[in-house]
Amino acid sequence: MMETLTLEKKKVVRKLSKRVTGAEAVILSLLAEGVDTIFGYPGGAIMPIYDKLYNIPGKLRHILVRHEQGAAHSAQAYAMVSGKVGVCFATSGPGATNLVTGIANANIDSVPVVFITAQVISNLLGTDAFQEIDIVGISMPITKWNYQVTKVEEIPDAIAKAFFIANSGRPGPVLLDITKDVQVAELDFKYKKCTSLRSYIPYPEIKSGTIDAAAQLINNAKKPFLFIGHGVRISKAQQEVKNFAEKTGIPVASTLLGLSALPSNHPLYVGMLGMHGNYGPNIKTNECDLIIAVGMRFDDRVTGNLKKYAKQAKIIHIEIDDSEINKVVKVDIEINADAKKTLVELINKVKEKSHNEWVREFKECEKMEYDKVINKCCSPKTGHIKMGEIVRKVSEKTKGEAIVVTDVGQQQMVTARYYKFTKFNSFITSGGMGTMGFGLPAAIGAKIGTPDREVVSFSGDGGFQMTIQEMGTIMQYKLPLKMIILNNNFLGMVRQWQELFFKKRYSATEMITPNFPAIAKGYGIPGKKITLRKELDDALDEMFAYKGAYLLEVLIEKEENIFPMILPGTSVSEIILE
Amino acid sequence: MKEEFTISVFSENQVGLLNRITIIFTRRHINIESLTVSESAIKGIYKFTIVVNTTRIMIKKVVKHIEKLVEVLKAFYHTKDEIFYQEIALYKVSTNVLTTNKEFERLVRTHNARIIEVTNDYTIIEKTGHKNETQDLLEKLEQFGVLQFVRSGRVAITKMKKEILTKYLKKLEMVNS
Repeated sequence: MMETLTLEKKKVVRKLSKRVTGAEAVILSLLAEGVDTIFGYPGGAIMPIYDKLYNIPGKLRHILVRHEQGAAHSAQAYAMVSGKVGVCFATSGPGATNLVTGIANANIDSVPVVFITAQVISNLLGTDAFQEIDIVGISMPITKWNYQVTKVEEIPDAIAKAFFIANSGRPGPVLLDITKDVQVAELDFKYKKCTSLRSYIPYPEIKSGTIDAAAQLINNAKKPFLFIGHGVRISKAQQEVKNFAEKTGIPVASTLLGLSALPSNHPLYVGMLGMHGNYGPNIKTNECDLIIAVGMRFDDRVTGNLKKYAKQAKIIHIEIDDSEINKVVKVDIEINADAKKTLVELINKVKEKSHNEWVREFKECEKMEYDKVINKCCSPKTGHIKMGEIVRKVSEKTKGEAIVVTDVGQQQMVTARYYKFTKFNSFITSGGMGTMGFGLPAAIGAKIGTPDREVVSFSGDGGFQMTIQEMGTIMQYKLPLKMIILNNNFLGMVRQWQELFFKKRYSATEMITPNFPAIAKGYGIPGKKITLRKELDDALDEMFAYKGAYLLEVLIEKEENIFPMILPGTSVSEIILE
Repeated sequence: MKEEFTISVFSENQVGLLNRITIIFTRRHINIESLTVSESAIKGIYKFTIVVNTTRIMIKKVVKHIEKLVEVLKAFYHTKDEIFYQEIALYKVSTNVLTTNKEFERLVRTHNARIIEVTNDYTIIEKTGHKNETQDLLEKLEQFGVLQFVRSGRVAITKMKKEILTKYLKKLEMVNS
């Protein structure tokens, strides 16, 4: 079934003639796909497209960033919060290569973003022309699909295909490289959305028998355990997960990217998996008899030493990407299908049950973790401010309803652990790549994607400086973002590893930081720096009360370590508390 | 334990797809022993035949990753016994050798090779077979002086009766309509 949107049907385009240039065709195609926001940075090769973007009637807005990497991360975060496809423009050469980190980040975390780069004119291809780069070659390993458009007639179909591929099945970034001559050439514009491709099956059918087999295992399990990951958010299967867990009484643990799929205070939610996850979920992974993994890929941060990972348990893997099944762990039942669809069928076949004793075991682990770790880092009475305290207070003051964005490192783990999410799809972070500098531009994208929600970004002093220039974007678009920098004058996570494994040889991790509030002031953003515990409450209140962007720098304990931790090479059940 | 596998990939005709497929091998540090690409029996669908040496566990993962590519219709892997395959080799020798050596003509005949081109200066011999067979002939011809030698990639056909792909394409057409 193909949907045809001809020129005549679009109010905006009635003013333009039927015969348009390639650049106009790009804009019209994006409008036809329902795009309302583009993050980008202009340059020589992309000027024709930018010219058509100027003063365009209608609801298409362009956000000018300060570095293409910022545009890439903003587009990704925008996609994550809004459920729409992110769109990012960059020019040729360095513009395109500046996107690479962002494309790779979106790829490993399965986020739909369409990147449009301009390219030199076709007859200069391969001549090492000014600002020419083979971005299609460079981005091949990190895109779901990419294509160089060298004929103007190809534009509408290329964009239709790009959007379809980016946002179907397991989502991912797509790149279109459009030569400058194509942008100025003319075509008769007609747009047809792409709804299927012969060689691509984004939503595999559930194989018959698998649901029944899974249900049987679930009904007979004595210590079943449900793992949820990013796939649950992508599939919007949060209600189905909730219903399933409540019907079967099975405790639920989440990966980093699965956080906020379930509210943190749900009685069956037992915490986060992985290297800096919660104690209970990690220990119990090696005690359960059945794991139901939904929309997660058994990443090495989650599994620890594979030789000692869940060997005693049967595993049901519900996963839309077939190449992820049996990639890392051998599973017993493979369900290669969409999470929501699968759970809808599965819930009908499972018996109503409860596993109160089993769930209580998690609560006991929680208590032990609270005594040994959580209490110390979230409610210390003396010493410098600790990271956990800040996150806890922010969580309380925002009632767990904010969209929380983190950078990468210690502050990321602490935020993941201590923010109590109450709303679905509220946690934005860089998972698979752990890209420092993701936080600030991602917060920008998140705020633009959900302007009515409070957006709080947590960064370390290192990560914040990597994309600090994006404060210019915040200033230009008057985005009321709340930015918190947890400053320990160190690259905290690396320092922790140097303390634990390199005998405290802090090689290149001590960092002298600038006066962040002074820099923010230069961008017209008010802010404050605090060092004492007694200042924290008032400073946070001031930040949230202020109607506009605000930067709060908090000087924290210099050498705090994040626990619990699964040391590299050890198993999940060897997770240490201190 | 490493084995020799022949991977058959059926894909759309897309510029750059070969690059995408080879990346899947290079990133896992798997060397491609032989590579052939050409149009398959079905018009518009291209076939890649790739030979690698790797473990059974790795080959399954690699093939799944290849299938994941948007432009790839289907990918299969076969062991040596599951396929029938041929490679072609061309040998260039000086035409003198032909005229002055009785031994040479007998060698060509017993190895089931063919003389496909004779000029005043050089003669070209062609042989189809498996790598060890063409290698054997090369070694035997070396005594006469081989001016140039070239070997093709592998073409392979499964030992099953029907082409798996046609069945699969029909299924795809039903799913997508």
